[in-house]
Amino acid sequence: MKAFITHKGIAAPLPLDNIDTDVIIPMGPLMMTPRGELGKKAFMPLRYREDGSEAPEFVLNQAPYQRASILVAGRNFGCGSSREGAVHALEGFGIRIVIAPSFGDIFFGNCIKNGVLPVILEDAAHDSALQAAGITRGEAFFKVSLPDQIVTLPDGTCLPFDFDPGHKVRLLEGMDEIALTEQYRQDVLDYQEKDRRDRPWIWAIEHMA
Amino acid sequence: MSPATLFDKLWDRHLVTTNDEGLDLIHIDRSLLTDLSGTIGLEEMEQDDSAVACPGLHAAMPDHVIPTGSEDTPQQAKLRARFVVNLDRLSKQTGIRHFARGSGRQGIVHVVGLEQGFTLPGTTLVCGDSHTSTHGAVGALAWGIGSTEVKHVLATQTLWMKRPKRARVWLDGTLQRGVFSKDLILWLIGRLGADYGREHAVEFTGPVIEALSVEARASVCNLGVEMGARFALIAPDDTTFRYLAGRTYAPEPALWEAALEDWRRLKTDPGAQFDKEIYLDASEVTPQITWGISPEQVTNLGGAVPLSGADDGALDYMGLAPGQSLEGLPVDYVFIGSCANSRIEDLRLVADIVRGKRVAERVTAWVVPGSEAVKRAAEDEGLAKIFLAAGFQWREPGCSMCNAVNGDLVAPGKRAVSTSNRNFVGRQGPNARTHLASPATAAACALAGEIRLSQE
Repeated sequence: MKAFITHKGIAAPLPLDNIDTDVIIPMGPLMMTPRGELGKKAFMPLRYREDGSEAPEFVLNQAPYQRASILVAGRNFGCGSSREGAVHALEGFGIRIVIAPSFGDIFFGNCIKNGVLPVILEDAAHDSALQAAGITRGEAFFKVSLPDQIVTLPDGTCLPFDFDPGHKVRLLEGMDEIALTEQYRQDVLDYQEKDRRDRPWIWAIEHMA
Repeated sequence: MSPATLFDKLWDRHLVTTNDEGLDLIHIDRSLLTDLSGTIGLEEMEQDDSAVACPGLHAAMPDHVIPTGSEDTPQQAKLRARFVVNLDRLSKQTGIRHFARGSGRQGIVHVVGLEQGFTLPGTTLVCGDSHTSTHGAVGALAWGIGSTEVKHVLATQTLWMKRPKRARVWLDGTLQRGVFSKDLILWLIGRLGADYGREHAVEFTGPVIEALSVEARASVCNLGVEMGARFALIAPDDTTFRYLAGRTYAPEPALWEAALEDWRRLKTDPGAQFDKEIYLDASEVTPQITWGISPEQVTNLGGAVPLSGADDGALDYMGLAPGQSLEGLPVDYVFIGSCANSRIEDLRLVADIVRGKRVAERVTAWVVPGSEAVKRAAEDEGLAKIFLAAGFQWREPGCSMCNAVNGDLVAPGKRAVSTSNRNFVGRQGPNARTHLASPATAAACALAGEIRLSQE
């Protein structure tokens, strides 16, 4: 996983609520496309017409937002299916940061696992980010610092955001989580040994077909 | 000890350790592996030559990709050759139990987990599928995860988690006759919004919940995630214990009493604190149907699209106008199935409504049982014959038209009434128009050929 520290880039406004992971990447294309090519299929239902041509009204088809690396989205972004391919499709398009008033919980977790930064900005802060993304038409960069937890708009406005310290460390260090958990192996074995005594019915299925 | 919520009791019992940054390492008692995220997780384990930590705590079965009766297209056959075949092969290779088609136990993971007694009160259960919240119906702490987390569970039998906040939805009153748990949860999503439960574990409680069967509770918890709740929870009670007794993986008689004693403590203590709480009278709930592209875009059956404030994109996609009444809209497909509503009680209800009647000419109507066990029971009870005589297709168990990656889909631009849980753009096929409803409403619409209130 890539480590995340700071990032500068074009921000695209996508002010729709409840953009679900089926819209970010429909399941059919997800299953038939290698991970490296998923970017082409990101937002397929919004981005392409039925005949496969680009829908000109969709923001990520418009210059300069085709080069956006930041998305300013609406409420409950990434709700729905747990498919991690939704994050892979965003990454494939070049999105490193999504700014929204709220996210689907599973999608949020999948972002952390893949080095994409989900930033929660509410109310006025979200409005100004959305406006800035629209007004500047991408000609000026947004800057996002995870260590400082600040989004800086092109006009210099600083928008601080909250971020869970545990998730922050994971993103900053881009660590291999399984290797990390191996360091707690003895704690897990101790837990299991005690639980086998306390709740034998949990473990009774282990040798059942 | 200070009073604790059901959620806190479940979380604390599974806490292995907490790291310096405040993330909790949670032990996972059960995991379900589908032919999608399960296959991907097992494939990655094979590539890395990693060992599965506790193979006996998992159950694998094909549901998402496996066909339910449609002829395989070449593309479909290719998908099946990878996802279904690899799940079988890798489960055998790693010693994970696998319920193949024809085993008598195959089906949708969220139907099978409960009916086999694999899900138990007080367990932590995960699956690479958002509707894992379903298993909260028996007092399990159950949640959907991504495929990186699936692999982490396979390798370590744990997950790093941030402790969620706690919410309680208290439902007072009694459901009216002809109103079902599916109507109840759609009504709640409409009132509270598709993100009410975000960052929370939501406990559903109160007299309305207590009066529901385990299968009806499963529909509530299933759509819990559609109101944003990654974790949906219902405290186990005598209804739960009666449901579980004698099921394949439920505690054997020698352990039953000890388990029961433990399970009876799994409830929120009086005075326990929630981060947010809402109290509603569910007596006013009427049959519900969605009109838009999010489950929160829902109205009373017989109701209409909002006159103003409705999302234009949703109206355009659904082919509807502001203020338009839903009643009488022609219906092309009726799908009775999915992890929301494909259990035996759902099928009995549908059979009662369609017995001796005929599906309207214009409607393609399917019943897809949730599992081989449900299918067998429905055939033994004579329900399958009723469906077939009424003009429904009676198919093999699987996710089918709910996720539309198995050859089963709604044709572009066509309107479907579906007992599934998602009306998202393209969910049931490119440009398919989905209206979510209860099995009773779906059955009535199949007979009428249009959106109509159940006669029942």
